[in-house]
Amino acid sequence: MSVDKTTVAKIARLARINVPDDRLEPLATELNGILNWIAELDEVNTDNVEPLASVTGHALPMRNDVVTDGNRLDDVLSNVPEGASGFFVVPKVVE
Amino acid sequence: MSDLLGLNAVAAREALDKKAISAVELTTAYLGAAEATAGLNNYVALTADHALAMAAESDKRIAAGAAGLLEGLPIGVKDLFCTKGISSTACSNILKGFVPPYESTVTANLWAAGGVMLGKLNCDEFAMGSGNENSAFGPAVNPWQGKDKVDLVPGGSSGGSASAVAARSALLATGTDTGGSIRQPAAFCGVVGLKPTYGRCSRWGIVAFASSLDQAGPFTRTVADNALIMTAMASHDAKDSTSTQTPLQDLIGAVGDGVKGMKIGVPKEYGMDGMDSEVVTLWEQGQAWLRDAGAELIDVSLPHTKYALPAYYIIAPAEASSNLARYDGVRYGMRVDAETLDGMYEATRAAGFGEEVQRRIMIGTYVLSAGYYDAYYLKAQKVRRLIKGDFDEAFQTVDALLTPATPSAAFPVGRKIDDPVTNFLNDVFTVPANLAGLPGIAVPGGVTSDGLPLGLQVLGRPFDEASLYRVAGVLEQAAGFKMTPARMAGGAA
Repeated sequence: MSVDKTTVAKIARLARINVPDDRLEPLATELNGILNWIAELDEVNTDNVEPLASVTGHALPMRNDVVTDGNRLDDVLSNVPEGASGFFVVPKVVE
Repeated sequence: MSDLLGLNAVAAREALDKKAISAVELTTAYLGAAEATAGLNNYVALTADHALAMAAESDKRIAAGAAGLLEGLPIGVKDLFCTKGISSTACSNILKGFVPPYESTVTANLWAAGGVMLGKLNCDEFAMGSGNENSAFGPAVNPWQGKDKVDLVPGGSSGGSASAVAARSALLATGTDTGGSIRQPAAFCGVVGLKPTYGRCSRWGIVAFASSLDQAGPFTRTVADNALIMTAMASHDAKDSTSTQTPLQDLIGAVGDGVKGMKIGVPKEYGMDGMDSEVVTLWEQGQAWLRDAGAELIDVSLPHTKYALPAYYIIAPAEASSNLARYDGVRYGMRVDAETLDGMYEATRAAGFGEEVQRRIMIGTYVLSAGYYDAYYLKAQKVRRLIKGDFDEAFQTVDALLTPATPSAAFPVGRKIDDPVTNFLNDVFTVPANLAGLPGIAVPGGVTSDGLPLGLQVLGRPFDEASLYRVAGVLEQAAGFKMTPARMAGGAA
């Protein structure tokens, strides 16, 4: 499997990263270098092997579904790039 | 007391308790050391007033006979840990100016034990790198130099932490290790670095890179110092769902226990083609030291070792692409304005993330995307189980494993590498332990013919850090590593 310019543009779009056109080709080369190396895994027989997502071996702990923290509007907004009247401000999304 | 910087943490604790020195004196000495070695760029923020205020509080507690485990000891913090009211950036432009309104659990534990915070330490952006060259604050530099006096990398991603402890501008330091980011820089800088078992330290308040692999741990000058700070760092934390309830062993007591009767495995797959001959020699020397101390050395096989790196470079970027989706210019951090919301996201992330971070997000996005998920991500998770299985099998027979920490000594800053894969190879000996969630420690073992430190790595069973400290204690004593780097605060001893 290898990626071309169009695929890189698609990945960049999915990742929400602006990639200028002149960077698409070099990025394709870099990503292909990594992907070709990763393809080494195809040698490994993984038939009947369960995927391992977590090494902890314990079930996730349960707790009561109650509020444990809150009422911290000032903390939540203390690093906001743009805010107004206790809200986050973003470019208009609804006409 | 004239040589404040010469005291290790255990010795400094004793001197503080005996009132031979004060915490304010000690902290003042370290702040001076950090300024004197500023050229190493290992601090990204020095919090002098905060440090002196904390030290004054420590002196009061010592006077009142209420000293904590780390009372009065000056500690540097990797900039990946959120520290309340103090800029925390993960060394990324996208978080420049971010001031957390909360404290990470690990650092909160350190301050509760009486530790004094000196400042924030340089690292690779979002902990992605093996040389500390991917930092928005510029590279941190290794205080060690070869004969040609060229600046060397301290390793990464916790490069600032390793550099500061080696240069004696921090007595202790925190780091994080996702694929070797504590053990590799510890080896490059000639200090002791522990990656605990996954789940041993809380991840709460640490900027996430790859959540199933990330683990916090300490950098120190000695093995005993390491057991001391580790005892304070570890805790169960309900705020991290993967945090363990397994009780912590007596780590401090384990350091001097020796290895008599222990079975130590030597995995043959860690002897790789093209490995530096000096690394092989040190590895053999380490085996001899342990045998002389009464351990039984056993050859073992970890057959899937060579697949650990490629599996890691699927799993870690996949998790990173998901974790880093939160940097969107809306709630905190950098924002680049645009006409549309998507345009704002795309412009912000293009301007805020560095090259390596962007590359890893793209790889992660690709391997998780429709049509490729099974071929890459699921495949890597299956290989991960086989790698863990190799270790489980080996630990049926042996109590710990001895390996080299890195395939070479530190390399020059700015070394031109066109192929990103070449840089990944630095982590070949450290990555498997992250995939399997095992604890690992790097201990300085000797120097190359060029005078640069090399480390040995000990890996152990989950939640058996005590065995690592037993083995590391013996290696430390046998190696008698007393050399100090050229660019150390106060000059070489």
